[in-house]
Amino acid sequence: MKTSCGLFHLLIIFPGSISTADGSALVKLGNTTVICGIKAEFAAPPTDAPDKGYVVPNVDLPPLCSSRFRSGPPGEEAQVASQFIADVIENSQIIQKEDLCISPGKLSWVLYCDIICLDYDGNILDACTFALLAALKNVQLPEVTINEETALAEVNLNKKSYLNIRTHPVATSFAVFDDTLLIVDPTGEEEHLATGTLTVVMDEEGKLCCLHKPGGSGLTGAKLQDCMSRAVTRHKEVKKLMDEVIKSMKPK
Amino acid sequence: MEEAMRANSKMRAEPGVESSPRGPGCSLRHFACEQNLLSRPDGSASFLQGVAEKSRERLIRNTCEAVVLGALHPRTSITVVLQVISDAGSLLACCLNAACMALVDAGVPMRALFCGVTCALDSEGTLVLDPTAKQEKEARAVLTFALDSVEQKLLMSTTKGLYSDAELQQCLAAAQAASQRVFRFYRESLQRRYSKS
Repeated sequence: MKTSCGLFHLLIIFPGSISTADGSALVKLGNTTVICGIKAEFAAPPTDAPDKGYVVPNVDLPPLCSSRFRSGPPGEEAQVASQFIADVIENSQIIQKEDLCISPGKLSWVLYCDIICLDYDGNILDACTFALLAALKNVQLPEVTINEETALAEVNLNKKSYLNIRTHPVATSFAVFDDTLLIVDPTGEEEHLATGTLTVVMDEEGKLCCLHKPGGSGLTGAKLQDCMSRAVTRHKEVKKLMDEVIKSMKPK
Repeated sequence: MEEAMRANSKMRAEPGVESSPRGPGCSLRHFACEQNLLSRPDGSASFLQGVAEKSRERLIRNTCEAVVLGALHPRTSITVVLQVISDAGSLLACCLNAACMALVDAGVPMRALFCGVTCALDSEGTLVLDPTAKQEKEARAVLTFALDSVEQKLLMSTTKGLYSDAELQQCLAAAQAASQRVFRFYRESLQRRYSKS
């Protein structure tokens, strides 16, 4: 468990918190707490891409995290967050889907990434992205061989390997107030009062995977540039923290 | 489809044919795989489409909320219904333009007009404004912006794909220039409409 702080809230990452999952991570960003659990299962690959696997994210905002959510089918915020995470995975190419293929056209891995919010105090998108990244780095997949005679898959649970994580997308969110003030890493109260929000997802080469600004008051090009530079520094901090945490957890 | 499923079960009863990776039995086996897959993707396709539409709705709604002077109409619900007649690329930008024109037509007080512009970046980094569906599919990145009419500020943005910061600024500048044309079109069409009556 390691912490980092700056202009942003305290960030705590705790990988491997769910022992029954193939990979997991608990992330605390200020008061917002999000846990991500990843389960790997077998599936037949898609017919239009027989050498690829699947990554299926799902964000759940249950009533326990905040009184604004009711039990029942996922609300709009949860659906938008799920779509956002799916877009980040797709755009950043965090995992090469070809790595998830075991036997082309016959068998591949499907990674079900369940992200559940335990405490909602704003900035859910950043927390979900951190949790997903930390959990993916924590995933260990067993070796699978296809038996030639029986055409069945044989799983070797003693031989596990980590996923090849190609990029490290880090999300930085801002709350916009009447196009004059920008607050980074907003709390729930700040988000509620803000006139708009902006989320920038950047990878280590400074490439943008996602610029998510769902309406709200306008931003000039100069303000946008300012946000980009803050996102770059944020990425360096978070990457450093994550690397330290992963390194301290590796020799188990 | 029923035939294929029955044929599939028949195939599975004959172990000899099933186990051959290459052979005449293979084509039917592939059919069986398709059958199995159809039940899942059908469900997931409709679910994903639903989520993508929810996401688009939220983007359009938030953009409208930012410009409409809601305080002048308390306890009022403004419903914007968008029906897609044909989709030839740049759908979200088209929806935004339609929503803005509809709000003007309805006489809803707004602090500014807004327009949607889509940019596509292909693998070489060439910028294409208002891409067709084919160009969008082949592009490395597709960026959609909503800009306001007063200072061309960025109201909404949603992007797909990977691109650099410099490319973002380039697209934004191109979109701001293009938005002038859209606003000119708004003005002309409104002038034409009101000059008749």
